[in-house]
Amino acid sequence: MKHTFLLEIGLEEIPAHVVTPSVKQLASRMEDFLNESRLSFDEIQTFSTPRRLAVKVLGLADKQPDIKEEAKGPAKKIAVDDQGNWSKAAQGFSRGQGVDPDQIYFKEFKGTEYAYVEKSILGKSATEVLKDVDQVIIAMRFPTMMRWSTNEFEFVRPIRWIACLLDDEVIPVQILKIKADRISAGHRFLGQDVSLANANGYPASLLDQMVVADACKRKKMIRSQIHEIAHKNEWQIVIDEDLLEEVNNLVEYPTVFAGSFDEQYLSLPDEVLITSMKDHQRFFYVLDSNGKMLPYFVSVRNGNDQYLKNVVVGNEKVLTARLEDARFFYEEDQKTPISASVERLKNVMFHDKIGTIYAKMQRVTEISTFLGKKVGLSADELQDLKRAAQIYKFDIVTEMVGEFAELQGVMGEIYARLFGENENTAAAIKESYMPLGSESELPQTNVGAVLSIADKIDSIQSFFAASMLPSGSNDPYALRRQALGIVRIALAKKWKLSVIDLANAIDSAYQTEQNLYENTQPDQNQVEWQEFIMGRVHQLLVDQGYAYDIVNTVVATKDNTFQQIFAAANVLTKHQSDLEFKQNIEALTRTVRLARKGQADVQPEVKVDLFENNSEKALHTAVVAVSKGYGDKDLEEKYVALTSLRQPISNYFDETMVMVDDESVKNNRLTQLDAIARLTYSFGALDNLNVK
Amino acid sequence: MENSIFLAAIDIHTTPVKQSSYKTAVMQSLIALDIFKEEDIMSKKLSIQEIILTLQQFWSKQGCMLMQSYDTEKGAGTMSPYTFLRAIGPEPWNVAYVEPSRRPADGRYGKNPNRLYQHHQFQVIMKPSPANIQDLYLDSLAALGIDSKEHDIRFVEDNWENPSMGCAGVGWEVWLDGMEITQFTYFQQVGGLEVWPVAAEVTYGLERLSSYIQDVQSVFDLEWADGVKYGDIFLQPEYEQSKYSFEESNQDMLLKAFDEYEAEAKKQIANGLVHPAYDYILKCSHTFNLLDARGAVSVTERAGYLARIRNMAKSVAKVFVAERKKLGYPLIKDEKLRAKLLEEDN
Repeated sequence: MKHTFLLEIGLEEIPAHVVTPSVKQLASRMEDFLNESRLSFDEIQTFSTPRRLAVKVLGLADKQPDIKEEAKGPAKKIAVDDQGNWSKAAQGFSRGQGVDPDQIYFKEFKGTEYAYVEKSILGKSATEVLKDVDQVIIAMRFPTMMRWSTNEFEFVRPIRWIACLLDDEVIPVQILKIKADRISAGHRFLGQDVSLANANGYPASLLDQMVVADACKRKKMIRSQIHEIAHKNEWQIVIDEDLLEEVNNLVEYPTVFAGSFDEQYLSLPDEVLITSMKDHQRFFYVLDSNGKMLPYFVSVRNGNDQYLKNVVVGNEKVLTARLEDARFFYEEDQKTPISASVERLKNVMFHDKIGTIYAKMQRVTEISTFLGKKVGLSADELQDLKRAAQIYKFDIVTEMVGEFAELQGVMGEIYARLFGENENTAAAIKESYMPLGSESELPQTNVGAVLSIADKIDSIQSFFAASMLPSGSNDPYALRRQALGIVRIALAKKWKLSVIDLANAIDSAYQTEQNLYENTQPDQNQVEWQEFIMGRVHQLLVDQGYAYDIVNTVVATKDNTFQQIFAAANVLTKHQSDLEFKQNIEALTRTVRLARKGQADVQPEVKVDLFENNSEKALHTAVVAVSKGYGDKDLEEKYVALTSLRQPISNYFDETMVMVDDESVKNNRLTQLDAIARLTYSFGALDNLNVK
Repeated sequence: MENSIFLAAIDIHTTPVKQSSYKTAVMQSLIALDIFKEEDIMSKKLSIQEIILTLQQFWSKQGCMLMQSYDTEKGAGTMSPYTFLRAIGPEPWNVAYVEPSRRPADGRYGKNPNRLYQHHQFQVIMKPSPANIQDLYLDSLAALGIDSKEHDIRFVEDNWENPSMGCAGVGWEVWLDGMEITQFTYFQQVGGLEVWPVAAEVTYGLERLSSYIQDVQSVFDLEWADGVKYGDIFLQPEYEQSKYSFEESNQDMLLKAFDEYEAEAKKQIANGLVHPAYDYILKCSHTFNLLDARGAVSVTERAGYLARIRNMAKSVAKVFVAERKKLGYPLIKDEKLRAKLLEEDN
């Protein structure tokens, strides 16, 4: 007979963003527990609200299967005495295993014969096994754990009840002083405690107490109520999935309602309205059919529609107060010119160990000018870039950003435009923060893209130089995301930028403004931050599905631009299946290895008069031919050119001994090989390729 | 309610008093005490002082001692020694009090309807945190006439932190129809020390809550007592304190005062005189806030000042626990437990 098992943990309100991951964690720990306990089941269902995490196991086996287990005892020569009788050791062993000595048999183990017995172990009943299910709860971990009352025990929030039922029977587990029972709590305000007759009755019996325990069902209810309101009013309601998820985990019984605000606030920028509604009040905003903002909002109440008017009026009042604040800030901010805000940034720290934001903007001005020239921005663009770099953080000290920190950059763009900055400069302010996530939108304008790269590389270099390196999962300043951002922007813009170019940009800034690097000397941890950026390139290549050996090959050189690195990975991947791939690469890597070994002896140029055989001459001629215009070729052409050297290289090694006693001849040969090796560096370190 | 923490056996089946009956009970006792007239409750909106009286009445019934505001300037009710010091150490502590809280940088010359140099917090500390603390809190709202069935009340995650005092806690802000009216915290760390047992702190923003109850847009329109508005009392000090904090304060004097208060605090920490030392730490904190509002603290110095306050807060916390131990943890009534705790090393 199969059973149903229910475990519900009742809690004080769990943080909304923790609810879903926590119930998944509970389910996976339950699954592990059952598997380790050898108790089979058909399915585990999850239920979650702000006040409860629950799992229901369906088709649970009656008991563990009986098993036979083999136990190993003493070696045969110890188990049996000279007369062929069981020794004391053997008797002790069998007694210990609860079987008769006659059941002992012998088996070889690592070359020696040992005594063994086979025991039957009867499977424990599900009831018995589940008595340890408290371990599942105790093992749970959360981003923030807390203690309460007089306990040392930590959990996400205080546990207030536990319902633990195998069919209709309570499994008597206990956490702290809380004994599991069949009682679950109803809705905090609209329901009452409910006594669960049977695990199967969950969660239906909670519905009577105004709790929709199935998170998916709750979400569907919200979605359909939103659609209904939108349809009735001919509104467009943008359902932000993250917001819906959060709101869903703030309610046990959802009722969607709409409210309004005074039309006068529509004069505020949409971003301000949206932030006020979404981030501060968890409201959905409302558009008309043309996508224009309407003075309404939609929100979700934790309860039914009784007294809904109070809730609507209360929420309208709170939103109005926020919008009134926002309007006040918007008007006040327009009274402070950008120059005055920039001046104030001399007193705002970027980081205590690095310096002020003002100093950062000065560094970024130099860095971005260098990079802007490098990637070929027009004179006008360079001028806009300079202006943007000098002011791009000014909105940090505005009242609006002080109140709505998430509007940093967004307000900068809006205010810059109001203060008459040109379109490029204004847009670059907002774009300097992009991309906001590892897959988020990139800056569009050239000016914004350069400013964004310059800002990010300055942050990375500063934190590294001030010895604040990210480690493991600890990356409080999101430097990984910023490094990835640099690479993504450079690739999208098809700009010829390498890590070395970034280092040169910093060096150039340092040469002009040494005082700005007082706490962040460029020589501090320089190699480390360059490796860190290459690490992101590596990650991006792996994520895009390139083979590990190819990735390790192409990221080995920091001189190559990000674009070249990706193109090299492409070309190598394309040719990997060629018939001659192995031979081509082996010929080239042989030269690379020898050249690397003899690096110290490499001469400025190959001397033809030191050649001793024809293969040397032939190789030299071929290399000279390949080298001509090599720099202007794309990577596919370079690959073809390089592989054309295979035969000459092969002949060369057949006929030529490189490491000869005559120093000048040896050095000349190493110089020849080095010339080839240098050509291969367009692809990184070819000897990392796996051609075995 | 018993004061002994160990009687606060955390039994989840503690039945909370039913809200509606509770509301009536509180109201009736207030009427019996001649604090309210029956017709007032039915019709009139509660004044701020009636709100304070109701909350005091309610929490005293739950076993909280009614303390008075502490007489040294501070930025929040948490910084009163009735919270900061008493949250540390093993002794039980159940109190409620109103705390005027000064935040010089928040001053707006009395011109902003919701921002104030000084606002009032109604602070409740229950240590160890009782199992039904959320229900008690909801009952307190019911006592104020806020029926949870008629509104949308949410506990929204908000973990609280005061790094300058070495404090951190886990909890929520409580939303009433979308408005934050209370901060609810389980202390985890105070003065750099892990706390045990854990205290629950409930902080009502009195101006916020009163604005909701009285349905006014500006705090200055709130009725403090019959016929006297909040603005009648606080508009002038708001203007003057803002003017002082932003324009007139004597920076040299304040800078010197900070150093002297700090020296005195450290000296008294060394002497084991916890309370005088703590008073001077509070003075340091307020002096720093004044300097900060004036923009007199350079950016590099800022972190340094905060670290100086934090170091003192951590030292005084340790000394407090040691001194309470010397006194034999007098608030623990369970003799066996007291003896056991006294034997333990700190």
